[in-house]
Amino acid sequence: MTERTNQEWLDELQDSEQGNALDELRALLMRGLRYALSSRSNVTEADLEDFSQDALLKILAGLDAFRGESRFTTWAHKIAVNTAFSELRRRRWRDVSLQDLITQHEDEGDFTPVVLTDLAPTPEQRMTQQMMLEMVQRIIMEELTDRQRTAMMAVMMGGMPLEEVARRMDSNRNALYKLLHDARRRLKKRVMALGMTPQDVLAVFD
Amino acid sequence: MMKLKPAMLKQMVRVVIGTRPDELTCSECFEELDRFVEMTLAEKDAAEAMPLVEDHLRRCRDCHEEFEALLAVLRAFEPTD
Repeated sequence: MTERTNQEWLDELQDSEQGNALDELRALLMRGLRYALSSRSNVTEADLEDFSQDALLKILAGLDAFRGESRFTTWAHKIAVNTAFSELRRRRWRDVSLQDLITQHEDEGDFTPVVLTDLAPTPEQRMTQQMMLEMVQRIIMEELTDRQRTAMMAVMMGGMPLEEVARRMDSNRNALYKLLHDARRRLKKRVMALGMTPQDVLAVFD
Repeated sequence: MMKLKPAMLKQMVRVVIGTRPDELTCSECFEELDRFVEMTLAEKDAAEAMPLVEDHLRRCRDCHEEFEALLAVLRAFEPTD
C-alpha cells in the first residue's frame, strides 16, 4: 500500500477519479476492524465489509471536517471503530427494553441493605449506612425526573449503552449525556449539602 | 414510586461524588480522540495535555471501549513517527 501524507489522502479522495486511494482506504479499514473485532465470534466477514463501507461513506462525506491534527489514517480508523461498535451495540441490545432493565434493578421488598449485611459490619455502621441509603433514595426521588432516573438506572446498573438508552427515549447520545450530567450535578449538590466531605460520604459504605 | 436496591444506590453515590461541572459529551470527546490516541501512542502525557478527554474516557464505558480498540489497531498496524 502506498504511504500517503494527509494532503495526498484528501486530494486523491476528493478527486472524482480517486484511483487507488478509495480501495486502499477500504482495505486499511477492514484490516483494522478485523483486528479490533477478532475476539468476537458473532462478527462475520460480511459484517466487516458493511462496517468498512459505512465508515468509508461517512469519511468521504465528512472530509471537510478533518482538522489535520492527527494522521488521516488515525482519523479514518476512529470513524470505522465507532461505526462498527455502534452497530454491534445496537444488535446486542436489540431485544432489550428499558422496562426489562428497570425491573431488574428495582427493589421489590423491604429496604434491607442485603449487600451490606453480607459484609457483616457492626450494628453502628449498619445503621449509618441504612440512614445514608434512605437519604440518598429520598434525594434521588426529590431531585430527579422520572426520565433522569430511568436513564441513570438503565445505563449504570443495566449496562445499556448510552446510545441505546437514547434511542428508546427518543433522544440522542449527547442529549442524554447532558441529561445525566445535569442529574449528577444536582445530586452532588444535595449530597454535599449534608455537610460531609466526599471522602466521608464514600467511607460510610466501606 | 421506584425504590432502588442498595447496591445501585452505592454505585450512584460513587458516580455522583466524582461529577465535575465541565465534562465533555461523547461527541466532544470523539472529536479529540484521534489526537489523544496519537499522543498516547507516542508516550506523551495525553492525560495531562487533554484532561477532559481523559476524564470522559474514565466515566463513559462506550467511549472507553472505542478508545481501547483504536489504540490496539494503531499499535498493531501504524508505525509511530
